[in-house]
Amino acid sequence: MVQLSSTLLYIAFVLYLIATLFFGGAIRIKKKEGIDRWATIGIFVTIIGFVAQLGYFITRWIAAGHAPVSNLFEFTTFFGMMLVGAFIVIYFIYKTSLLGLFTLPIAILVIAYASMFPREISPLIPALQSDWLHIHVTTAAAGEAILAISFAAGLIYLIRVVDQSKPSKRTFWLEFVLFFLISTLGFVIVTTSFRVAGYEATFDWIDKNGKQDEMVYHMPALVGPHEGVLKTEERMKPLVDMPAIINARKLNTVIWSLFAGLALYGLFRLVLRKRIAAALQPLVKNVNLDLVDEIGYRSVAIGFPVFTLGALIFAMIWAQIAWTRFWGWDPKEVWALITWLFYAAFLHLRLSKGWHGERSAWLAVIGFAIIMFNLVAVNLVIAGLHSYAGS
Amino acid sequence: MEQVKCECGHVNPIGTVLCEACGKPLEEVPVLLDMRYEGSARRSQTYNKTIIDKIWNFFSSVKVGVWLIVITLVASAIGTVYPQQMYIPPTVSPAEYYEQQYGLLGKWYYALGFHDLYSSWWYMLLIALIGVSLVICSLDRVVPLYRALNNQRVTRNEQFLQRQRLFSRAKVEHDETAWRNIVDKLTKRGYRVREENGNILAEKGRFSRWGPYVNHIGLIIFLIGAMLRFVPGMYVDENMWIREGEMKEIPGTNGKYFLENQKFIFEVYEKETEKEAFQAAIDRIGSGMMAKNYQTDVVLYERIGPVVAGEEPKLKKIKSFSIRVNEPLKHDHYALYQVDFKLDELKSMSFHLTDKQTNKSFGTITIDLIQPEKEYDLGNGYKVQLLSYFPDFYFDENGNPNTRSKVPNNPAFVFKMFAPDRPKGEVSFTAIRQTIEPLGNNKYKMAFAGIETRNVSALTVRRDFTLWILGIGGAIFMIGLIQGMYWNHRRVWIRRINDEVLIAAHTNKNWFGLKKELEGIFHDTPFVMPIDQADNRS
Ligand code: HEM
Repeated sequence: MVQLSSTLLYIAFVLYLIATLFFGGAIRIKKKEGIDRWATIGIFVTIIGFVAQLGYFITRWIAAGHAPVSNLFEFTTFFGMMLVGAFIVIYFIYKTSLLGLFTLPIAILVIAYASMFPREISPLIPALQSDWLHIHVTTAAAGEAILAISFAAGLIYLIRVVDQSKPSKRTFWLEFVLFFLISTLGFVIVTTSFRVAGYEATFDWIDKNGKQDEMVYHMPALVGPHEGVLKTEERMKPLVDMPAIINARKLNTVIWSLFAGLALYGLFRLVLRKRIAAALQPLVKNVNLDLVDEIGYRSVAIGFPVFTLGALIFAMIWAQIAWTRFWGWDPKEVWALITWLFYAAFLHLRLSKGWHGERSAWLAVIGFAIIMFNLVAVNLVIAGLHSYAGS
Repeated sequence: MEQVKCECGHVNPIGTVLCEACGKPLEEVPVLLDMRYEGSARRSQTYNKTIIDKIWNFFSSVKVGVWLIVITLVASAIGTVYPQQMYIPPTVSPAEYYEQQYGLLGKWYYALGFHDLYSSWWYMLLIALIGVSLVICSLDRVVPLYRALNNQRVTRNEQFLQRQRLFSRAKVEHDETAWRNIVDKLTKRGYRVREENGNILAEKGRFSRWGPYVNHIGLIIFLIGAMLRFVPGMYVDENMWIREGEMKEIPGTNGKYFLENQKFIFEVYEKETEKEAFQAAIDRIGSGMMAKNYQTDVVLYERIGPVVAGEEPKLKKIKSFSIRVNEPLKHDHYALYQVDFKLDELKSMSFHLTDKQTNKSFGTITIDLIQPEKEYDLGNGYKVQLLSYFPDFYFDENGNPNTRSKVPNNPAFVFKMFAPDRPKGEVSFTAIRQTIEPLGNNKYKMAFAGIETRNVSALTVRRDFTLWILGIGGAIFMIGLIQGMYWNHRRVWIRRINDEVLIAAHTNKNWFGLKKELEGIFHDTPFVMPIDQADNRS
């Protein structure tokens, strides 16, 4: 069962890749008689991929005896699946293949990112042994995924409207966003490479309470732990040691990912000889801007109630049962509140100040950044009650 | 009150932009009408004289509301940079902790009060201001909006129609069947169709316009519920440590309930006993390293009869229950939660009274470490007196034995041992792996004979009468949200002026959906589908 489950996830991953190519083809090929065969195949493959991933989810659930949303790998993969699900629904409303070309790669990145974390099926600690775990986490992830569609729409909008003929603040920030997506790819590549190479370096170090401990790196240490002493032979010595309050290994991973992202980005720029957004612009030149703007708004309008229900209301109910209080100002909770407040501000700005179009697109990008921050940084850096056992 | 009369005869309140009845612009307006709040007369746009007007106008501005939300958002984020005070070890002083752990930034973090941000006065003030803004903002809009939607007439002013975003105008032969066909199609799609002098107003989903106001009411109820927390009696939050075998009054219940801890159980995941699928994870984390269950088996009792000082309470058993994480014991609005535990606290210690030379024992005493006795008689003239007891023993700065707490973490005793040949007794100071004979060499000693331990469980006692209000607030919020977000208010106006037909349509959101619907309606009819006038703006 466990084996079957992983295979299904792998199949889904590959199908999403293939579907992306078809959606890419759909943009290039001129529409004939209104029927777009490439896009039809694209959505068909996407749906099969989604079904395969659903299969992964169900088989893993059966194997574990609980819904597979209890650690970082499982949660993030589920988020990726919901992203694809949300895309499928939106596709059938608006029939824009372009959205597939942007959403699927994001979902692929999300799933690849998830796979870098421990993938075993883990039994549940007492705090997680509750049906509310499944209810809360799945609804929250679904809400976040629907909201994330507005990011894809926003990105399309920005790539289309930002003037690429001369450098500006807008071109800079747009490249910045793309650079981050590329860095995620960098993270996946670096992690996989060193894993395949079997790199391991052990350090003795002194933690913030003055106790000696051991830390194992799976990447060459650019930054070492506090007063770290390298114990494995023939391994790279760190360039600097970090103070004790910083988790040096995670920081090291971040630095590697950013370097890899930078290298990839540089490579793309060298090959393309222009900004990445400028290179993507021809893909989106025929897009109906009003429609893209409306898709962005629509996905926030649909996603906001789902998010509220899952990430706040169900979360509060569960917290009341598991932790004796419905709200405890733990970082993860606070960031859910921040996300919620942000999208509330987004809706009000749209309604009253008429922040449509480009401004709305930038807001969608920021909103997605907040969601990702909550998913990645709060879990890994600011540990709280919710911090999953990941590293 | 001053009023404005429109040429259609309707009398509007002053400040009205679009006549409530026919929609004719009463002021200079842009080419495409701004249809928010139907151009009705909002108090905030009309009055600006008294101080009350000014306050009202301030809070009814969505701009102000958004600023409040954004400031709260940013402040909340800063509050997560370092752990809040409630998450740092309770034994350290926060003033030192933040500086020690996080250096200068930590010092400032503490000095500026971010360590306890969410209960700081200014954070609460922010939330309260959002609440005020919410109320005023909603009142400012909902009343005129209601008036306008209620007074709208089927026949609309020509200017109103041609300044709608979706509009068409064309010469169309009058054809009764085609006209009826349109009415039919509109009705089939859920529109309420009203006709007047051969003009049509088709409308649906008006209730979704009230969505935002409903959700704001829900929010207000929720905020009120959260404030009730501070009203005495609404909220009980107590902690109790209870040892296995112990029976205790439950704090916060005014002596009404008692609890007996029968057993505390702590289980871990072990490789041998878990199923195949978990093996890899257990291997990585380590067998026996991951908690599986925290459970206290308890019996709940209720006192019968009044509380009489100094008298043992009469108790009636109510129920047995296993309290686990995620499974609190609930009774009479109280809930008892498993929150903490301590394994193997010392319960009792036993000693043999022994002759040091011959190692012969003259009897064994067992000392209850919570309630030790003063004297233990072993018969035949042997007895032991307990002169002093230090449950959590250490030597203080003067070198005297002392105790840190009443918890028997490290018990020490001063015994006086009596025997037929030592009628005055010998004094011995006995601690774990340590014996001191302060008054010279003794003949007898207290030889350690064993310990008994037991587990201690920590439970939180909670009663929260605000929960149902929060629940209602949350439910209303969700209803309003869904009402406003998943439905939209759509209107189609069809007006015949001489041989021309004017068609206009409006929705408060989801124009794409409206356009598709209109295509379905006007397809294959003599009428011209309204076009999106916003499209040729840019
Ligand atoms: C965190 C608090 C708040 C939440 C969650 C919230 C939520 C909402 C939502 C979901 C909508 C509907 C938006 C849409 O249809 O796109 C809305 C509309 C609105 N909100 Fe709020 N709101 C909040 C605070 C405020 C505040 C402080 C104000 C006042 C300044 C305000 C004024 C309004 C107004 C005027 C509308 C438009 C009503 C209409 O369409 O007729 N809201 N709100």
